[in-house]
Amino acid sequence: MVEIMLEEFIPEPLGDGASDPAASANPAAPAASVEPQLVTVTVDNKTVQVPAGSTILDACAAAGVRVPTLCFLKDINEIGACRVCLVEVEGIEQLVASCNNVALDGMVVRANSPRVREARKANLEFLLSRHNSTCTSCVRSGNCQLQALSNQFGISDLPYTVELAHTPWNQDFPLIRDADKCVHCLRCIQICDHVQNTGVWDLANRSSHTCVGVAGGAPIEATDCTLCGQCVTHCPTGALTARDDTSKVFDAIADPDTTVVVQVAPAVRAAWGESLGLSHEEATIQRMAAALKALGADYVFDTSWSADLTIMEEGSELLAKLAAAAAAPDDPAASADPAVPGTGDAADSSNPAAPGAQDAPRFPMFTSCCPGWVRYAKAHHPELVDQLSSAKSPGQMFGAITKSWFAETQGIDPHSIFCVEVMPCLAKKAEVAYAPMNDACGDPDVDVSLTTREMDRMFRAACLDVASLPEIPLDDPLGTFTGAGVIFGATGGVMEAALRTAHAIVTGEDAPADSFSAVRGQDGWKEATFDLGGVPLSVAVVSGLSNAEKLIQSIQRGESSYHFVEVMACPGGCAGGGGQPIHDGCELAAERGDVLWTLDRQMPLRKSHENPVIQQIYAEYLGEPLSHRAHELLHTDHHAWKMPHEA
Amino acid sequence: MARLHVMERSAAQAVMDGLHKALEGRLSVSSLAPCPVEFTAAYIAMCATQSCGKCTPCRVGLNALHGLFDDVLENRATPETLDLIERTARNIYLSADCAIGYEAGSMALTAVQGFRDDFESHIHNHACGFKQSELVPCVSGCPAGVDIPGYISLVEAGRNTDAVRLIRKDNPLPLVCGYVCEHPCEMYCRRGMVDDPMNIRGLKRFAVDHMEKDYRPNMAPSTGKRVAVVGGGPAGLSAAYYLALMGHDVTIFEARKHLGGMLRYGIPNYRLPRRLLDQEIQWILDCGIHVELECPIEDLRPLRDGFDAVYLAIGAHGDNRLGLPGEDSAGVISAVEMLRAVGDGDAPDFTGKRVAVIGGGNVAMDVARSAVRCGAEKVTILYRRRVADMTAQDEEIAGAQAEGCELLELHAPVRIQADERGHVTGVVVQPQIIGGLKRGRPAPRAADAPEKLVECDVVAVAIGQAIESDVFEKQGIPCKWGRIQASEDGSIAGFDGVFSGGDCQSGPATVIRAVNAGKVAAGNIDNYLGFNHVIGVDIDLPPVQFKGKTSCARCEMTEREAADRICDFDLVERGLTAEEAHQEASRCLRCDHFGFGAFRGGRIDQW
Repeated sequence: MVEIMLEEFIPEPLGDGASDPAASANPAAPAASVEPQLVTVTVDNKTVQVPAGSTILDACAAAGVRVPTLCFLKDINEIGACRVCLVEVEGIEQLVASCNNVALDGMVVRANSPRVREARKANLEFLLSRHNSTCTSCVRSGNCQLQALSNQFGISDLPYTVELAHTPWNQDFPLIRDADKCVHCLRCIQICDHVQNTGVWDLANRSSHTCVGVAGGAPIEATDCTLCGQCVTHCPTGALTARDDTSKVFDAIADPDTTVVVQVAPAVRAAWGESLGLSHEEATIQRMAAALKALGADYVFDTSWSADLTIMEEGSELLAKLAAAAAAPDDPAASADPAVPGTGDAADSSNPAAPGAQDAPRFPMFTSCCPGWVRYAKAHHPELVDQLSSAKSPGQMFGAITKSWFAETQGIDPHSIFCVEVMPCLAKKAEVAYAPMNDACGDPDVDVSLTTREMDRMFRAACLDVASLPEIPLDDPLGTFTGAGVIFGATGGVMEAALRTAHAIVTGEDAPADSFSAVRGQDGWKEATFDLGGVPLSVAVVSGLSNAEKLIQSIQRGESSYHFVEVMACPGGCAGGGGQPIHDGCELAAERGDVLWTLDRQMPLRKSHENPVIQQIYAEYLGEPLSHRAHELLHTDHHAWKMPHEA
Repeated sequence: MARLHVMERSAAQAVMDGLHKALEGRLSVSSLAPCPVEFTAAYIAMCATQSCGKCTPCRVGLNALHGLFDDVLENRATPETLDLIERTARNIYLSADCAIGYEAGSMALTAVQGFRDDFESHIHNHACGFKQSELVPCVSGCPAGVDIPGYISLVEAGRNTDAVRLIRKDNPLPLVCGYVCEHPCEMYCRRGMVDDPMNIRGLKRFAVDHMEKDYRPNMAPSTGKRVAVVGGGPAGLSAAYYLALMGHDVTIFEARKHLGGMLRYGIPNYRLPRRLLDQEIQWILDCGIHVELECPIEDLRPLRDGFDAVYLAIGAHGDNRLGLPGEDSAGVISAVEMLRAVGDGDAPDFTGKRVAVIGGGNVAMDVARSAVRCGAEKVTILYRRRVADMTAQDEEIAGAQAEGCELLELHAPVRIQADERGHVTGVVVQPQIIGGLKRGRPAPRAADAPEKLVECDVVAVAIGQAIESDVFEKQGIPCKWGRIQASEDGSIAGFDGVFSGGDCQSGPATVIRAVNAGKVAAGNIDNYLGFNHVIGVDIDLPPVQFKGKTSCARCEMTEREAADRICDFDLVERGLTAEEAHQEASRCLRCDHFGFGAFRGGRIDQW
């Protein structure tokens, strides 16, 4: 299909242009519009100037007047649904939602009048009358927007009878929804639709029975939910949470016959201190190791080590594909063009790579370390699944090595090892349970996946004064990592780590580690071309599944072509993952990502292939990347388990 | 104590009356959105408030019934609940003492039977299955999906050309619709809850009448594909316009002397001036569309061979006959025939003649009012039901009456009387008495009264149009009651590349439905040809302003005085003044930004 946007009708004066009053009235008008126009607004007797088009909420903020919000989520959910951000606007009898109404020049706003306070409070009381306010046993207690506002407005008893729906939910699913805590802010629907292009959530029913639920009333386990967890981290209350698996870990720790091995994902170190009141300087991986040891973990390792291992396998896979493509009869440059089945005749006829290219590898190769992305690809783009790297995620590689090489070298029965991963992620809870992930000894390679939030919860439950714990080094051997492994937690990090090693392998040169920094940053879709020993390698990095979808569409339309694409389901990568601590209204992926990039800069080793334990395991155990044993332990068949609607 | 009291209206009663009136107004804003179960439950609860409480079925039954609806809505119901609802409603209907009870029971029965799927969806899925959505009520009510709040905001901002550009994204006939659209959008306008619905058509007409400058659309590069459009009415013109924008080479084959179809041959000049119609058609043709006039298509084969796709939009231009004795007498004409002659500029001379028009639709009014302008001494509209039952729009009936047409309701024609030369002398009519509802409309039957003669020299028959599709039916095109059978996307099963839409497919309908048909066909033909051109327009809308509840009634368009306008075929209706248009535009509640539109998006930027 040729898609052409007839974007604009071009206005053309039919007669003499000079006689057209609109054209001649203000010839300077276009130039003037370049200057940002300001409007003057008075908020609570304070006059401010804000750019035209600003919301009343922005104008209030500019005037230093705080307006409470609940459903509002900047750029994603500006719908004026909760009616808590109401203000008074002079000349209008009714109150106005400040979050999605534009401040107009000369507007006089009162953000703290008796009418405003009473109406805001009334709307909170309405919400509370349909809310399960058992805050004492809510995982979001102390971090709940509704609770904070209720306290702020001094709501001590409700004038309305509380009525709750008691909607049942599958408590085994990694994502838990409690309808009785939903305030119908609709953020989850918007995030899932617009940021993640997945559409799991929808409004069901109308009028007073309107409720958020799984679209079409399906059970959650039968949906294409990627388990990115973005709806959880953007929920203002405890309506959306992750399944709590902490008791399984406590039980394993309590069992003297079980060796508890904990691996901590790169992005966790950048966020775990947030909800414990630690600064970034205090919240080191070494202090976390001390806390995990204090909990009773036998070994504390680092998933950054297996991130380095991932680079060895995935990078080698990419190089092997590039070599195969170069050896194929087609022009190697053309083989980077999309050869995508099922897009119709128009695409095929314009694509020189398609005919006769069945055996040649297909590009781009996509990363496979993000289980949210893998779930999305399998559900929405089954035609691309074979283009995913067959490498397991670092967490799974870690589990497989723990219950094989590590167990053997330490003389531990692998069946007695309880492998815990701490991840910034919900989808990992599903990944550890996929049937094929049992390559080391037949047991699941990883037994439990905890979120960063759950680990913090365990520290609190154990009454640990984390800040006062002295730092300790991670255990050997799987606690040895490079900067390349650490940056896996930030968008662009996997790509950069792969390029650092691939370049060294191909050229034999030792390029500075920062040579491949062009794909850092918070843009949702980044691209760059690097010279790989004289051959241009075009790469892209996307985070957020809507961005992934845009990239896929663009590739399938023939507008973009890449050799290698990194996809992270969560905006900003794992740093912004759905398992990270929640700060309502704040997006911390960039800040946490910077922590990781800083750690990388401080590392003596910044390339995965330089990791001595990586070198050791290949020498002692795996042979070389993509070897038979590496394939058995470190690679997976993405077809061996199914999404609900997957053929 | 006085023996009798003069009835006084208490303050409380006045409030009660006010609430009833507000409820009436609220309900008259037909909603496309509510859940059928919610609505029926509320309806039954409302009915129960009217119960005096004397009789069991009404006092207890309605409440019990409401409880069952609640069970459905609260996800407590089982499939058996549905049967119980049905039995309960039937028993209330059968056993109530007065209308308060039995009408409520009957309505509940109708609802539970008519919405059975929705009830089941609630019971089985715990979710409403009603797919109808109402993002922006007026846009949902417009068959062509025109961005009404968008263009109204542009009119308010004094940007009329931009308003017309925005309309043309979805409807290439803004001028025609500004003058004659039946404006179903207004029926859904939420402003009706406050005071009156917006005068949407009036604002559209204002925009087209006051464009600051003309413009030309941006055209896609030529695709080299050729499309034949059979019929140059609103459906054909709409399809041709969008197909041409998409870069296809379009030829319209028109059977008659001029393009426009029913816009020209059905709607008289005094409602839609020819000069303006020609102007709008020419604007469309200037997109490079070829036209073959007086070129009726007998055989599809050459078109299918010579073009990559064919769109059949032949309209409904045939006559429906009365089937009464004397119908072949001289002086009996069909509405279509007469309006066609007027449309081609050959208006008949009825000076000194008495004209009887048979029918009660818009076409009957057009014929009657045209007959007045052709000099008729007297025009009588004969209709077998009551005036209240006429399908013509109220303003058309009022217009005819103002122009001196006499409405003879409840008189059914029995036969046409002619003189020895075979020339009409009158219509024999049988007085009728109105009866009960039959298929939703009150059915008349012969009254116990003698036949009457309505003396006249001309009889114009306006009892609906037929579709002249037999020529295509003979070639295998599937037809049912004359209507060409096309699927939802306009394609015709078994005829690859042949599409159909408009009156010839839907039966006689409105301009805006024909526009919708043409738009749908253009999009699907484009895809059929292997493309996916997107139609959109890049216009920055003025910022939305929340105005709160303000009271301001609707500005209506006015008409020329009847005594003046019956002397010519010139335009009857006067557009809104600039002052009126600005005030009217400022009344828009902007449902694209407030309410559900804020959540799901208030506009479809492109299609």
